Amino acid sequence: MSASGSLATGFDRRPWLLLSPALVSVALLLVVPAMFIVVYSFWLRTATGADQVTFSLDNWREVLTDPFYRDILIQTLRIAAISTITCALVGYIPAYYIAYAPTRHKTLLLVLLMLPFWVSYIIRTMSWINILGVSGAVNGVMLWAGIIDEPIQMLYNEVTVVLGLVHFLLPFMILNIYVSLDGIDRSLTDAARSLGCTGWQAFREVTLPLSVPGLAAGSLLCFVLGAGTYITPMVLGGPGDAMFANLVFEAIVTQLDWPLGSALSLLLLALLSALVLVYSRFLGIDQIAKSFR
Amino acid sequence: MDQTKRLERLLERYRNGDIDRRSFLGLLGAAGLGAGLAGGPMTLLARQARAADPDQVRFDGWGGVVSEAFREHAFEPYTEKTGIPVVDGTFGGADEYLARVKASQPGEFNIAHLSGVFDYARYHGLELSTTLNEDNIPNLKLVIEALMNAFRPITGGALSAVPYDYGTTGIAYNRKHVSDDEAKAQGAALLVNPDFKGKIGGWGEWKTRIWYAALQTGQNPNGIEDMDAVWDKLREHRDLLLKYWGSGAELMSLLAEEEIYVTEAWSGRVKALQEQGHDIGYLDPPGGLAWQECLFVIKGSPMEACEELLNFMLEPAVSIAVAEGQNYPPALDPTKVDLGEVVPTLPAFDPTGTLESLNFFDPTYWNTNEQEWSKTFGRVQKGR
Repeated sequence: MSASGSLATGFDRRPWLLLSPALVSVALLLVVPAMFIVVYSFWLRTATGADQVTFSLDNWREVLTDPFYRDILIQTLRIAAISTITCALVGYIPAYYIAYAPTRHKTLLLVLLMLPFWVSYIIRTMSWINILGVSGAVNGVMLWAGIIDEPIQMLYNEVTVVLGLVHFLLPFMILNIYVSLDGIDRSLTDAARSLGCTGWQAFREVTLPLSVPGLAAGSLLCFVLGAGTYITPMVLGGPGDAMFANLVFEAIVTQLDWPLGSALSLLLLALLSALVLVYSRFLGIDQIAKSFR
Repeated sequence: MDQTKRLERLLERYRNGDIDRRSFLGLLGAAGLGAGLAGGPMTLLARQARAADPDQVRFDGWGGVVSEAFREHAFEPYTEKTGIPVVDGTFGGADEYLARVKASQPGEFNIAHLSGVFDYARYHGLELSTTLNEDNIPNLKLVIEALMNAFRPITGGALSAVPYDYGTTGIAYNRKHVSDDEAKAQGAALLVNPDFKGKIGGWGEWKTRIWYAALQTGQNPNGIEDMDAVWDKLREHRDLLLKYWGSGAELMSLLAEEEIYVTEAWSGRVKALQEQGHDIGYLDPPGGLAWQECLFVIKGSPMEACEELLNFMLEPAVSIAVAEGQNYPPALDPTKVDLGEVVPTLPAFDPTGTLESLNFFDPTYWNTNEQEWSKTFGRVQKGR
């Protein structure tokens, strides 16, 4: 049937044809694997580590009722929230600076912002060992300056986990805020100033509210990415700093308990999806798109 | 030219001195690197081709100095001179690797440098074992009998792996802060000495942790009677700990950077640190843990090619070179093979070839408790 024919019947196939590669990719690479994980979560692990094909709610019962998982989940959400708030506070200023920088500098600043993505996330995380370690740069300078007599133990605690996450997430936050700020019509702030606003008032009453979509999009992205990470606590955390993804990793890899690991990963997925739904309900998911307009 | 001929000619040239040791090892390293680069995502695309091609073998090892030794001392002549490429991969831990194998297609992974009889039994339990044709591996007659005898009962008298090396997991300590006499006097208790709170490390692996906790509570690790005491000791250790390390590279970094002063450690890694000039002591305490490593052939592998590679790797010249590189004694029986001057100086070396002085995991005992203990340890490790 021709395009005009399909239009005549009220159904235009062209968008679906154009979308089909993306839809097929999402179906094959996301939906189908997710379905496998759902099925796995109802299986059981045998004593040898092999999977027992059955239908059992044991994994779900354990995951939903055991306080161990609840506590680690709360810890994960707390660390992700602290990291996200820190990223928002720290990231707004450079985003503002880039957005209002002269055009000839803007490109360079954006390239610098993207630069960390050229280095492996694990390498970037491990770099903190050379900075904060007992033999690291910070201790070395303080010892050299006579500020301390012996190295301070700064690594392997919750603070360094948050630091590592902020290091990882900050570019995502800055980019989102920058895109939002860059799209603001400058004549609005000029109008506010001409009507008597001080610079601070113009920022507070005009710029900040209009940049909220970018701030919200960055926060959502940072929180979801932060809550799902396991490398950072593994490299920079101490014995008590595990996050929920570490439990998934351990269940799948160390204990070879794929059914339990599947239930754990689905729980995290459900929780983060619920967060996106709440965001959509109160802020509107379309606000994210606005930040890129 | 068939594979055997190529292999024989290569070995002959090496023995005759046609290839000097430096060139021999240099070629090995380059081929290993090439094979490593050919791995990764591309191996997924090659899955079917590899399964159908018996001339290619995938080998996976521990990475770091251990894998460097294999690359440098074992793979290149095989790859360069026999026409059998070795796809060289690494893993951070036996558990991680097993998860990958479990998710793979038969034939995707071929030979693995596995640790201990425990893993051998675990792979067999998951129906991942094979039956080696020992006639195709004549160098097996040079291997310590005790090492092979540990495997045979598990697989009904046959072998799915060849023993390759052995070592110990003892206690490493920074000599600036702990003297040799102090370490010897305290033994396993050094790992829970509150004087070193915040400067103690520990491998985050349940079997090793439980073994040492059993020693610290005065129990036989292969027959623990009071498990509650062991869990309490593990909690005590955790509260004194700076960090659970997860790989040999991390262990070496923590010791070298003096982030930690005491930890249990693998003998070969400590030897490597000592060779780098770090003043690290090493002690095998009474009841300390020994292990053997094997080259395990995984179900679905091209058996003939694997057996030839295993035989080649067990050649004394190759085996000794790898042992000197990775600092672990080879599985070759010192009463049958002249192991040279360096190997007898390596930690854990047993000149009798009986290994009677070393303590190994009882695979039946540990496999029986694996599901419960690994899970409980995961919780204790995270502060519960």
